Amino acid sequence: MPANAVPFPGRTTPVTGWGRTAPTAARLIRPRTYEEAAAAVRACGARGGIARGLGRAYGDAAQNAGGAVLDMTGLDRVHAIDADGGTVLCDAGVSLHRLMEVLLPLGWFVPVTPGTRQVTVGGAIAADIHGKNHHVSGGFARHVLSLELLTADGEIRTAVPGTPLFDATAGGMGLTGVILTATVRLLPVETSWMSVDTERARDLDDLLARLTATDRYYRYSVAWIDLLARGSATGRAVLTRGEHASLETLELASARARGARFGRRGPLGRPLEFRTSRFPAAPAFVPEGLLSRSTVGLFNELWYRKAPRARADQLQRISTFFHPLDGVPHWNRLYGRSGFVQYQFVVGHGHEEALRRIVTLISARRCPSFLAVLKRFGEGDTGWLSFPMPGWTLALDIPAGLPGLGVFLDRLDEEVAAADGRVYLAKDARLRPELLAAMYPRLHEFRALRRELDPDGVFVSDLARRLGL
Amino acid sequence: MKDAFGTPQSLLILGGTSEIALATARRLIARRTRTVWLAGRPSPDLEKAAAHLRGLGAETHTVAFDALAPDSHETILGKIFAEGDIDMVLLAFGLLGDQAHDERDPVAAVRVAQTNYTGAVSAGLVCARALQSQGHGSLVVLSSVAAERARRSNFIYGSAKAGLDAFTQGLGDALHGTGVHVMVVRPGFVRTSMTAGRAETPLATTPEAVATAIELGLRRRSETVWVPGALRLVMAALRHVPRPLFRRLPL
Repeated sequence: MPANAVPFPGRTTPVTGWGRTAPTAARLIRPRTYEEAAAAVRACGARGGIARGLGRAYGDAAQNAGGAVLDMTGLDRVHAIDADGGTVLCDAGVSLHRLMEVLLPLGWFVPVTPGTRQVTVGGAIAADIHGKNHHVSGGFARHVLSLELLTADGEIRTAVPGTPLFDATAGGMGLTGVILTATVRLLPVETSWMSVDTERARDLDDLLARLTATDRYYRYSVAWIDLLARGSATGRAVLTRGEHASLETLELASARARGARFGRRGPLGRPLEFRTSRFPAAPAFVPEGLLSRSTVGLFNELWYRKAPRARADQLQRISTFFHPLDGVPHWNRLYGRSGFVQYQFVVGHGHEEALRRIVTLISARRCPSFLAVLKRFGEGDTGWLSFPMPGWTLALDIPAGLPGLGVFLDRLDEEVAAADGRVYLAKDARLRPELLAAMYPRLHEFRALRRELDPDGVFVSDLARRLGL
Repeated sequence: MKDAFGTPQSLLILGGTSEIALATARRLIARRTRTVWLAGRPSPDLEKAAAHLRGLGAETHTVAFDALAPDSHETILGKIFAEGDIDMVLLAFGLLGDQAHDERDPVAAVRVAQTNYTGAVSAGLVCARALQSQGHGSLVVLSSVAAERARRSNFIYGSAKAGLDAFTQGLGDALHGTGVHVMVVRPGFVRTSMTAGRAETPLATTPEAVATAIELGLRRRSETVWVPGALRLVMAALRHVPRPLFRRLPL
């Protein structure tokens, strides 16, 4: 008898999110055509199915224990680009990285990019992701002109903005169906460079004041915040704000670079060239506790010190400005076997006190969290479970093995809920279900639409089971 | 579903009156657990335990379950799993027996072996299959430090636990990669009503300490948990003590 044949048959694969916590096993199916996807949905069985992109959701959003997980990266065709009007029609499995490769040389850029290019268009809509330009451009779904959705009955429906199906799907975590294609409106750019202003904020008040005062002058804005700093330095931060560099700016810089005979910067290349840097991948086995208070504290100190007090108009590549972590493949392994959780919440304007309390709590708790980011959101969007709302959002990574972390984050949830804020479902791996309805007031509409559209509960994920979505 | 820290939302306890199991349930209810199934022989104690857990805010059900009736396990446990996913099964039933008496009463000795070992084999297999088909969950099995090396003073119990321990390790290997996590818990002497009146061995512990260790083991997805942790080293050494010497140790 083969070693592990009976009595436990059935081929399944353990799946986790980017945080590498709570693995569950599912049948992984990789459809290559819409027909294969439809057949997979019809045949996914009692424990249902869920679409998965590049697995960058931190928690259990793209896991489905005991059921089917549809790996959508096999549907990866860019169908049509309107290079005059600035739209693209592509499969849901196309990554933002691929879109940038294709679109930048034509002078177009994705309307919204998160901190990684390694997300699919389908995932970007299902999580209604946001980026450094949220205060100007809103979430990703705001730029989607239409999408095709494979629903529980195996039919393909077209959803356009302004309809309940679209609003349930944008931010709906894949629970309304499988997104097959999307038409996305693009942003015109003259170069593939960013013109970046950097400044330091000495504490949280200083940071909030600076963001409030000058955010509107920039398309992109984000602050890296040192959550290990204590006392009067609590909430000290480095603000980076930027704009796509114009051709004129780039030519001036090129001329300067050529002029200086021993200039450090070489020729800047073709203006619309898309270049990325790549370091060696993180090793598969990293000892637990590499990212400890002392190492992260040291890193944060250096990061803060190396940032200029104020510097304007520095040219950076798109990959450097938006996606620094993409340079290290598998960086999530650095947290070791236990993995990590990312905690991201938003509280509205007028709730700065709650934000202050939470930052103080985290700083007092000494969570070894590097690269925590604070951002000022603009207007929210129409997605029923869409995360952003006008106010302040803070995102931080914490090693899951930190003792007492569960209880600590529950406490933060209370603060967030009391301030009418919410936590981000695409990053969640541990929220208490009781708090969900308060955080997402349109949850009942979402549930009602799902009951109608998917009465047998074909689409289900571990996230949906855990939170009772 | 378990959260990022391995804390279950639903818990099935086999051996619903076990003090260690109830201490674990209390701890997990304080975190995330909302549904508890207490399976055990119907008794006022079982109902009392259920009422207590209900008071803590968990929806608690009791189910008649007898470790000594393996024929019924499939049906009884199947019904529980049909009600909804079980995130964690805590296999906690056990019978310490009375070594001195049981040595003279083979029938009683066999009962100890059947409860601790064959009953657990049957219940463990049924639960493992159910967990595997739901694609997630933890099977936590209470073994004992006695399983590591049989001692003169309790080798009937120890041998049964040794069987259970080996069975659980093998089951864990069989289920590796299926999304199901199997954890062996080896407590030392635990101060409970089951051990009341017996001489304590060094490194004695409490049900609450075992519960804490289980919660930690869930978070770390450990395969083996010793309570207290120092026992791992102690037993690693004791395991290699030569028989003539081991026999003379006051254990």
